[in-house]
Order: sequence, then structure tokens, then C-alpha cells
Amino acid sequence: MIIAVASGKGGTGKTTVATGLALALSESGQTVACLDCDVEAPNAHIFLNPAFEHRETVNQLIPEVDPDLCDGCGECADVCQFHAIVVLGGRTLVFPELCHGCGSCTLVCPHKAIREVPKAQGILEGGPAAGGGPLLAGIDFAQGLLNVGEPMAVPVISQLKKWRGLIDADIVILDSPPGASCPVVESLRGADFALLVTEPTPFGLHDLRLAVELTREIGIPAGVIVNRDGIGDAGVDEFCREAGVPILMRIPMDRRIAEALARGEALVEAFPEYLDRFRDLYDRIVEGVAS
Amino acid sequence: MVGFQTGINKYERDIMKIAISSPDGKLDTPFSPRFGRCEFFIFIDSETRKWEAKANPAVSARGGAGPQAVQFLASSGVKAAISGQFGPNAYTSLEAAGIEAYEADDGTPSDLLDRFLAGTLKQVSAATGPKRH
Repeated sequence: MIIAVASGKGGTGKTTVATGLALALSESGQTVACLDCDVEAPNAHIFLNPAFEHRETVNQLIPEVDPDLCDGCGECADVCQFHAIVVLGGRTLVFPELCHGCGSCTLVCPHKAIREVPKAQGILEGGPAAGGGPLLAGIDFAQGLLNVGEPMAVPVISQLKKWRGLIDADIVILDSPPGASCPVVESLRGADFALLVTEPTPFGLHDLRLAVELTREIGIPAGVIVNRDGIGDAGVDEFCREAGVPILMRIPMDRRIAEALARGEALVEAFPEYLDRFRDLYDRIVEGVAS
Repeated sequence: MVGFQTGINKYERDIMKIAISSPDGKLDTPFSPRFGRCEFFIFIDSETRKWEAKANPAVSARGGAGPQAVQFLASSGVKAAISGQFGPNAYTSLEAAGIEAYEADDGTPSDLLDRFLAGTLKQVSAATGPKRH
């Protein structure tokens, strides 16, 4: 079972939910892996306290042109969808940060003047995690971290989702980045269920609509968690009713919760009653996916 | 008018085709300070002042607008480009294509041509603008 926690809007509580769910299921004896796919700002590790035992580099293959073999014919530039390779003044120029690593230029070069060289985009790191408290959890945790200045998160997320620990996991929980563009699509791809965390405000609703549309476009069943319940208005409830998206859980606006999270404590550690709430949530997701 | 005899150029500059970025393709309205994603380029012959406006094919490129615009200029035989700022990719491309880059703060393409011919425009020798997407 692969559950992606997503939201559209930033700061709604994706990481609170993803880590709460992972800790609750792991503590009840399930084999759980949790991946932080927010590779531009991964922070689930703050709640989960993993011991990073494995590291690997994420590379992308970038063309390198041998000027002795290149005659400037421009076939590589014609085939590149991203204008990452151009021929000017008889010289072939490569713009690595525009390259998506597809390899087409290398394939079409009639003079075999292009070879592909790896360029580091980011790193993956992971290891066992048990949270910061007394829970008997054993989560296989991993996160991706995009190098500063690299514009493309997708290759890092894509490699993260092949993390070594996933083979043994019964349940995989993906903490997605905010938004509704390529990195989110890459995180959601292949998930069995999308758990959309929102807050009951016009801002939460606006981005929830996008997130629901996105899950429908990719064809993944979705349910909603309303966080900070009690603030805002009834817009999110109305939208969910009309759109036929179930609200699976509500986490109230509660200053004590905010304070515990601000201290870096996971929700289920500060408020153990959430252990059962998250397990119930999981059961409902399993039922929903099965039906 | 320029010169009385063929081949004599009163500004002592080589005759060249220059390109000026423009939002509307007009000679007498302010130029566009954006290079890679300007709407039009105005091509002007520095001697005859004969000009034409052409839509910039890179205006809505997903990425790499700078290099794509330079390819367009290079294939049109342009030898100098005037704009507000040149990003790193645009500058690298201009340099490879052997196109001189000049920057200006304001003015119409017509004014800018005069300033270019009078030698008062600043030629840039490195990227002057930030990288954009």
C-alpha cells in the first residue's frame, strides 16, 4: 500500500500527517517506509529522528561535446525539446541546467561527438527512524535533498522512490512537496491513495481544488484531512460534499498541538490518542481502495 | 543621411545589421528591456536605417529563451544586439555566435540606433542580468 500525503497549499500539515501515520502504523507492528519527497525543503526528519546510514548521489546525464568530432551540423539542437544544446558560430553549446537528461542528442549525433557525463543533482539519505519519544517504532526513512541551484526536483524524487528499503515495506508513506506541478506529480505517480491535507480557509480550499483535480487527472483515489479544524469557513466541507471526496479525519485548531509541533514533537507522541486515530484512518483508506 | 560616397560611413563603424528588443515592433515607442523573451526584434541596417520588425520565436519558450533568441538573430545575420539585460545563457550564446551585446536603460529603437552609431551605448562583456526561467 502506497499512500501519498499531498496538499496543494504549503504549511497545511502534510508532514504532521505523514509522520503521524508512519509512527502509528509502525508502532502497531507494520513494516513501514516513509519517504520525504519534498526535496527542496525536506523536514520530516525533525519529527522522525532517523539515523542516516545510507547515502547516495543523484546524477543526471548531461551531454558533453567533443569539438574535434563535432562539425556543427545541429541535429542535436533540432532534437532537443528544451533548447539545452544549440549550435552557434559553428560551435555546439550545452546549457546543463536546461537539460532534462533524455539522451536524444547523443542518439541522433551522426558523428558520435557527444558522450554523456554524470552531473550531481542532489543526494538521497536514509536509515531507521523511531521518532523522538518512547514509541516502539521502526520506520525505514529516506529523504531526497536537491542541491542548491539545481532547478529540477523530479530526478531526485524519481530516484528516491526506488529507495532500497522499499522492497521490504508493507506500507509506504510519501510526504509530497506542496504545489500541483511536476514534483508533486512525480511523488503521486504509482501511489494507491492520495491523502490531501487542507485547512478550512479560502486559501486551503483554493489549493485543495487543484490537488483534487490533479489526483483525478492521474487517476488516484483521494480523501481529505481537515487540519486546524474550527478556523475559517465551511467552504472546504461544501466542496468535498459536492466533489464526492470523503473527509477522513479532522485535527482541531488547538494551541497545545501547535506548541508540541513547534517543539519538534510528532503529533502521535505528544497526543497518543492520535495513534488509534491514524490507525483507523489507515483502515478506512484500505477499505476505500479495496471497494 | 549617411555618407555621400558609397562605402564611407560618417560614424566610422562597419555597416552591420543590428537587433533591438521591442514590445510592439515599432521604431518610435520604448524598446523592451527583456532580451530572450521580448515580443519582437527590430532589425536595422546601420547604414541605410532600413528596418523591419520580426516576432521573437523564443517569446514563450519553456526554457532556454536566451539561446533560442540568439539562434534566431544569428540565422538572420545580426552582428549586434541591443537590449536591457542579458542573462548568462543569452550572453554565452551571443559570444559564441560572434554577436556584440549592448545594453541600454531606456529609449526608442530609433534613439538607440543613433546612440549605437554615435558609440555612446555600453557594450557588455559579461552577463548583466539574472538567470530567468
